[in-house]
Order: sequence, then C-alpha cells, then structure tokens
Amino acid sequence: MVHKEFVYFLNRATKAPHPNLWADMGTSAHCATVISGCVNATNLVFDASKFTALSTSRPHRLASTVVREDEPVLVAAAKSGDAAAFEELVNRYERKIFRLTMNITRNREDAEDAMQDAFMKAYSHLSGFQEDSRFYTWLVRIAANEALMRLRKRRPNQFSIDEPVEGEDDLMPREIEDWGPSPEQRFAQTELHGILDQVIDQLDPDFRTVFVLRDIEELSTEETAATLGISVPAVKSRLLRARLKLRQKLDRYMHDRKPN
Amino acid sequence: MNCDRVILEISNYIDGDVDAAIKQEIEKHLADCPECAIIVVQTKLTVEIFCDSQPIDLPQDVRARLHEALKRKLRKPD
Repeated sequence: MVHKEFVYFLNRATKAPHPNLWADMGTSAHCATVISGCVNATNLVFDASKFTALSTSRPHRLASTVVREDEPVLVAAAKSGDAAAFEELVNRYERKIFRLTMNITRNREDAEDAMQDAFMKAYSHLSGFQEDSRFYTWLVRIAANEALMRLRKRRPNQFSIDEPVEGEDDLMPREIEDWGPSPEQRFAQTELHGILDQVIDQLDPDFRTVFVLRDIEELSTEETAATLGISVPAVKSRLLRARLKLRQKLDRYMHDRKPN
Repeated sequence: MNCDRVILEISNYIDGDVDAAIKQEIEKHLADCPECAIIVVQTKLTVEIFCDSQPIDLPQDVRARLHEALKRKLRKPD
C-alpha cells in the first residue's frame, strides 16, 4: 500500500522548492492535477497529524508581544510620574502601534494622529490601568479606538462596525486551486509586501479591524470583542470572513503568476 | 459534516479552537475532500504570511513628531 502524506508544511518549513501542494510520499513526487478550478483527488490525502494549529505553531511571533520582565517596574514608575519610564514604554511599542493604526486607518496622516493621541491618552489615563492585563494590550485597545474613530470620520459609508454583518451566505469559495510554491517562495519580499498591502487594503474595514487585532496584534477573541464593543460570536464570524476573503484575494495573485 | 459546515469551522479549526468531536469530524471530511483541505491549508498560510510579513516601520519624521509631542506632554502636568 502506498503511503501518502500531506507534506506541504514540511516543505514550507525547509523552504524546499516544491512543484505542488500535494505529493505522494511513497513514490516520486506526484502532483495533483488541476482541472478547471478543481483538484483531481486521486492521490490526495489530508494528514491531520501534519497539521499544526496557529495557536501552537506560532507561540511567539513578535518579541515585543512577550512581556519583558522589567515592564511592570516601568509601568509602576511611569504611574508614579517617572517620565523616562513612560518614554521607554513608548520606545518599546511605538513601531507596533503605528503598524496597528496604519492597518486600521490605511491612511498615514490618520495613523500618525491616532498613534500620537493613543500615547497621550495612555499617559493621561495611566493611573486607571489596572495591571490585570498586559500594558501592550491596554495600549492596543486605546490605539485601536483612536484609529477607528478616524476611520469612521473619513469613510463613514464604508464602515459599519456597529451593524450586524454576520450571516452564513456565500462563504464557500468558488475557486479552489492549488497555489504551487507558497507566496513567500514565489514573490520577492518587497513584491510580497506590496501584494499584501493591496490585499488588506481591499478588505472591508469591519473584517480588517478584527483580523488586525486578532491575527496581527494577537489579542484574544475576548479582548478583541471588548475593544470593538461587539460580541465574541461576532468577532469569530468576522475573523472567519476576513481570513477567507484574504485567502481569496491572495489567490488571484497566485494564479496570475503561475510559473511556466 | 459537509463542506459548508467545514468552511464555517475553518477559522476555529486553524486556531485549534474546536472540541475533540468536531475536530475529528472536520478531519474525517478533509481526508475525503481535497477542495476543503486546500482551503484549510491556504487559509492558514494566508494568516501566517500576513503575520510574518507585516513590516514594522516607523518613519523617522513620524517618530520625531511623536517624541516632540511626548516631551511637551510630559513637561506639562495633567
């Protein structure tokens, strides 16, 4: 009996060139045939043992999401009026907060204003920070709200964070085709940044904001819900839609650039 | 479990946020449905690419203005 495995993740991990998403491990690489958007399933088996959930495969994506040991000391010092301690906290998180406000507003001027106001408000309200969450999470909530306020002003008709957008219609992707080499293998880094920038820019602000808070800033579902003032099921629903839409938008770039 | 139901659970599945019985049902479906399996793989990959490729650049002029504003704020008692 031929042993078949789902090997894509292994190939990604080693960055080995691979002609297709699927391969038959028992013989030489045997690629799935892509016909009219459907995959010939003859030799394909999904091996769940090779699949790692995001929560376990990316425990620490960014060093600054890990609380440094000295952070409680800095926060306490800043609370007692130590300006240098607060400046150190700003230095630590300014780049990530700017990325957050850029991701939400998609406008540099708004992002800068939102970031500045977020740090100013954080300083003014520091005595109210209860230290029952990470300082960064608290800061993200302030910055996200500053960014959302500016986004609503600039694009009132495109933004409906308070409106229900959930529903179970039209979720099943229509075009399902293997990507071949991963986007990271296919595109140069600068080009990939440009593509991702365009893709996220096209996403509905309701979905984008949840995606940014949950997947990029790594807030929990509950923290995201509290930040946006929406329910946990609404966060989950918007995250699902955001992820599926991003996949779909990225999919178009992958097929435009199929190697010969 | 059918394709529509699997798609509804994709996000929870790639987060590892489904109970054992649902996980088993999803994986049983994925073993028989390459289309859904591709969507699962590509969706997870999409999240990873966005997270790993997000630039964290703060332009010098933006940073300079932030720190000027901060200095003014820190000098001024609330």
